[in-house]
Amino acid sequence: MDITMPNFNVLWLQSGGCGGCSMSLLCADTADFHGQLRDAGINLLWHPSLSLESGSELIDLLERAADGRLRVDALCIEGSLLRGPNNTGRFHVLAGTGIPMIDWVRRLAATARQVVAIGSCAAWGGITAGGSNPTDACGLQYDDDRPGGLLGASFRSGSGLPVINVAGCPTHPGWVIDSLMALAAGQFSAADLDPLNRPRFYADQLVHHGCTRNEYYEFKASAEKPSDLGCMMEHMGCKGTQVHADCNTRLWNGEGSCTRGGYACIACTEPGFQEPGHPFHETPKIAGIPIGLPTDMPKAWFVALASLSKSATPKRVKANATADHLQVAPAVRKTRLR
Amino acid sequence: MTRLLVGPFNRVEGDLEVTLDIEDGRVSSARVNSPMYRGFEQILQGKRPHDALVYVPRICGICSVSQSVASARALADMGGLSIPPNGQHVTNVILATENMADHLTHFYLFFMPDFTRAVYAGRPWHADAQRRFDPATGEQARQAIAARQRWFTMLGLLAGKWPHTQSIEPGGSTRAVDSAERTRLLARMREFRRFLEQQLFAAPLEQVLSLASADALWDWDARAPLRGDFRMFLAIARDAGLMGLGKGPGRYLSYGAYPQPGAAFVFPRGVWRAESSSLGPLDESGIREDATHAWLADDGGPRHPRDGLTVPAGDKPGAYTWNKAPRLAGEVVETGAIARQLAAGHPLVRDMVERHGGTVFTRVLARLLELARVVPMMEQWMLALEPGEPYCASGALPDEGTGIGLSEAARGSLGHWISVRRGHIENYQIVAPTTWNFSPRDAAGTPGALESALEGAPVLQGETTPVSVQHIVRSFDPCMVCTVH
Repeated sequence: MDITMPNFNVLWLQSGGCGGCSMSLLCADTADFHGQLRDAGINLLWHPSLSLESGSELIDLLERAADGRLRVDALCIEGSLLRGPNNTGRFHVLAGTGIPMIDWVRRLAATARQVVAIGSCAAWGGITAGGSNPTDACGLQYDDDRPGGLLGASFRSGSGLPVINVAGCPTHPGWVIDSLMALAAGQFSAADLDPLNRPRFYADQLVHHGCTRNEYYEFKASAEKPSDLGCMMEHMGCKGTQVHADCNTRLWNGEGSCTRGGYACIACTEPGFQEPGHPFHETPKIAGIPIGLPTDMPKAWFVALASLSKSATPKRVKANATADHLQVAPAVRKTRLR
Repeated sequence: MTRLLVGPFNRVEGDLEVTLDIEDGRVSSARVNSPMYRGFEQILQGKRPHDALVYVPRICGICSVSQSVASARALADMGGLSIPPNGQHVTNVILATENMADHLTHFYLFFMPDFTRAVYAGRPWHADAQRRFDPATGEQARQAIAARQRWFTMLGLLAGKWPHTQSIEPGGSTRAVDSAERTRLLARMREFRRFLEQQLFAAPLEQVLSLASADALWDWDARAPLRGDFRMFLAIARDAGLMGLGKGPGRYLSYGAYPQPGAAFVFPRGVWRAESSSLGPLDESGIREDATHAWLADDGGPRHPRDGLTVPAGDKPGAYTWNKAPRLAGEVVETGAIARQLAAGHPLVRDMVERHGGTVFTRVLARLLELARVVPMMEQWMLALEPGEPYCASGALPDEGTGIGLSEAARGSLGHWISVRRGHIENYQIVAPTTWNFSPRDAAGTPGALESALEGAPVLQGETTPVSVQHIVRSFDPCMVCTVH
């Protein structure tokens, strides 16, 4: 690392979330977590799980950051912003300060060069905004899919960018690290954000891409109960064909993804995922046709292809789709040209 | 008397504030505030029962699987579902993976870094502690994060991802494991065991497990002092006075951990009483949550969780936290690895607790000994799988009913209570481990486990965030996001 390169100072705070994005971050695919950050010129000013400073030491650091004596290149906020009760923010008063977290975040965001929402809570409100939203939780710049949130739709950080939404529940460690590295290297601009201000490097993909259940999908050979191997779109609530993320090409914890783990994609990178309007594990349908069709696919084509492929489903694929392990292995054939 | 407001604490999960009254250089009284409320119990009302399995893991990013397991058990209890043996073993492995990772994370990233502080600069072990445990540059911290990352790849395969899996179902696991995958998982487990044997214990796990008394441990320690991070902890614990610091209530709760197919728990359920050195049965019906000092409505006084009430009341006089005060038959109990291992009759843990009580030292010791004990068990559970046999029973959940799901997270006893009417959740109550340990005073004014453990803690001249208080707080491995939820 060039020692003359100024460090990219990251300040990471948590509010109305579960801390799972930080725990996920520590699963980043590296043998030297801190070394990887250092090599990218990233300096963690403070992180809830990874810093020595506690109590008065941290409050001093926050004061210096808020009044500009300490440069914050990226303010990373994990967890939703709890505005209630009655806009007082009292559902989370930062310990030791008597000041609601939403006020700290507003102050710090005003001086930070970049503001990054870590996870779907900080991006849109997320799980904490579920049900009756008892805490009036919202995201930094969105309230579900409505621009606004805590900082307002017109907010721009010191760099001129809106809040960067590294959405996901939890968010993938690679999405966070790659975003911070690109920012630290000065290689991230407005063109790198999708219409919901998510980094396009992962949000321009669909969860469906790389799904190991693709053969079942092609033939509409569907899972009917938990642990079945078949495609989970038709009955089990899977939204992988509509959801923006690279979960099946950039895997989780080595070789995982939701669909590989045997359960539906619940659209956790999308605003409002916490209230789908139907039971998570059931696909809502009208006249037997799933309401949520694969992105960019006209309904008539989907219906035509589905009925054609269902009638052409190989016996093997059909049998395996409703079992938890292979019932029929693919036939062994010679594949050489003759 | 002076008053000190201490917070934010980090290297605990979530936010925490402690108010200390200090007299003659010691804490005379402490009040613990869990300063964040998210309202999961309100969010869950009106949902379909099975949807709880999406919401509850998201209560907590560090004990996410524990929440899933407790919820799945509550649903299975309500629906009368029983899990096939493969599903039981895989669930145990998934839960143990999280629990063991939490023990590792606690020791290397949350607890030990405090010994690198300047306040210890004069101690003979300080430079060594900095070399090993400095949060940003410590060599052992680096290796522990790497070992943890590799360890969690087991959940990529077994559970799709960590945290926040949905692979845990009332009927078992959605992810069947074939025999080739099992081979891969066993190799991964042995890799983690190697980390424990080379870096943490610097000894075979069997040797650590054979240490059956305090004398045996100290003899073993004296033969190779400071070898491995565990012996480093032993040296620091003796020198820094951790043996007697932060004494708990002397009553220990375990819901029982790792149920085996058709048989009992690996670590039994019960309440261990230090004064009589005896394990009594757990009477779940004796649990009450007292909200007298919480910013929550407390109509009707303390309630059993099946009838629990969660309604914010932010201006309630006398309240100082969002956390309720759970009590078992009216008593304060402590929960965690120490309680599990006391209930399970671990001879070294029992001997040490007899000598020192439940303290900073014995809490951390119990956690590390549990690591040595559970990792080899996990290999056995994997070997017990029968590929080709079912992993998940399926069955519809009833439209009316109640269920209880009790489980053990890394940091102690976790309970879920659900009641369902007309196919929707009517009430869902969660009592987490740190709800017990970090409870406020109850109606009788009796302080919670941490509150009383802090009494008597030394406060050095000029300290604003006393280091002894930090040791005591972190020795419980608190999870504040679970506490209030």
